[in-house]
Amino acid sequence: MTHANPHTQPILLSVKNLSVSYDTEPIFHNVSFDMHKGDVIMIIGPNGAGKTTLCKTLMGLINPSTGSYHWHTQKISYLPPQELLSRKNLPPLSVADFFSFKNVTLDIITNTLQSVGLDKSILHKQFNELSTGQFQRMVIAWALCDNPEVLVFDEPTSGIDLGGAETIYSLLHNFWKQKNLSIMLITHDLSVVWEHANKVLCLNKKRYCMGSPQKILTPENLQDLYQSNIKFYIHEHNNDK
Amino acid sequence: MINNVFIYSLIITSCIGCIAGYLGSLMVTKRMALMSGALGHLTLPGIAFGFLYGIDISLCALAFLLFGSIIIWGLEQKTHLPTEAITAIVFSSSLALSFLILPEAKAQQALLGDISQLSLNLTLTTTFLCLCIFLIIRKLYSGLVLMSISKDIAHTMGITTKLYNLVYLICIALTVAMGVRIIGGLMTSALIAIPACTSKNLSRNIRHYAYLALVCGGSSCALATIIHLLIHIPIGPMIVLVNSVFFLFSLLAHKS
Repeated sequence: MTHANPHTQPILLSVKNLSVSYDTEPIFHNVSFDMHKGDVIMIIGPNGAGKTTLCKTLMGLINPSTGSYHWHTQKISYLPPQELLSRKNLPPLSVADFFSFKNVTLDIITNTLQSVGLDKSILHKQFNELSTGQFQRMVIAWALCDNPEVLVFDEPTSGIDLGGAETIYSLLHNFWKQKNLSIMLITHDLSVVWEHANKVLCLNKKRYCMGSPQKILTPENLQDLYQSNIKFYIHEHNNDK
Repeated sequence: MINNVFIYSLIITSCIGCIAGYLGSLMVTKRMALMSGALGHLTLPGIAFGFLYGIDISLCALAFLLFGSIIIWGLEQKTHLPTEAITAIVFSSSLALSFLILPEAKAQQALLGDISQLSLNLTLTTTFLCLCIFLIIRKLYSGLVLMSISKDIAHTMGITTKLYNLVYLICIALTVAMGVRIIGGLMTSALIAIPACTSKNLSRNIRHYAYLALVCGGSSCALATIIHLLIHIPIGPMIVLVNSVFFLFSLLAHKS
């Protein structure tokens, strides 16, 4: 993935000394970073490190304990992990019903569905009739149909097999390329981070760090982040990049 | 047979049935169907209080319900316990209180409903209130459904989830307060939940589902009222039975 020089792009999000604590237990502490237009920021870290809490805080769902953040755009789409989206025991909710929550025309919906590889006939299907992969692609189309500038995505491939996950990341990559989208997402897949991110934010309870994948995905950093012996191999091929 | 009482009864039960069905479509969506029964029980001390002091029972029921709903809402915000758990605590306390103060002679009326003393004023007030609740809920409907899918997404799309929940609970309280007059304090969950379940069996999209629940609720109450006036079976159980028959037919239609 080739990214434009971030310093020539406008800032979309400024985060300054942001901390969140539940009761007296700190979740993350003094996190600061900027997100520029076109950035793909991937957040990594062990379970319980505060990745989801950080995203929720930036979406205004959790109040920060200290520090601040400021979005320089209103066009933000947020998607929680798939397992947090209720699909069962809902009323007879069709895909068309779900898209009606966004104020967009049928043409836009159809085009966006096509761009994620779904036919418009899916609009008449109900939520519980979709496979996991179809559901996730439909949800991505839903998030993108009103043309956001930033997509905040919490574990987009949770519960999806390797092939499905690859398709999801390819789709996001295409949208990033075509629409100059900025993406912030949480993932556990380091190869995805290496391939698609231009910035990596690593979080654990004791520290955070941010930088390019080349700078962050080092054995020492990963050891420090996950507190275990994690090795990350990069296979360079002659025809790569 | 067609006199003022018949017309008032038919209008009041149909309006309450319609709005209970419409609201019920959301309550089933939000897995709160049993909560409507609990709210019915919550009205019982109010009904008992009304009988004791000769005050309109719906007004007393509403006062107790609003008080109870605000307590439930407040505890939900403070404790993060599930709504149904908090409701269980509040309703069982109020049920115990009602059994202590309910006059024995009025027990059947309080528990099974009564439409023998309806007036023009009551008919107009009920119709107006039902219309207001319908318009408010229609405005909030899609937001409340989105909240059922994901509260977080709803919040990030600018929906003030706490306010929506509060308005929704108040509308439920008003509907239950009106409903206890016709169905009694014990069976309000049937008035609210069964039309929605019937509609769910027959619908393919959310709009169809919501309006079919409204029609099922209204028509079942109207039919039950006619049967009640013809053969003098208590109105509350009759409404439940007609709703149950509708539900059985919907099951057959769903299978076929």
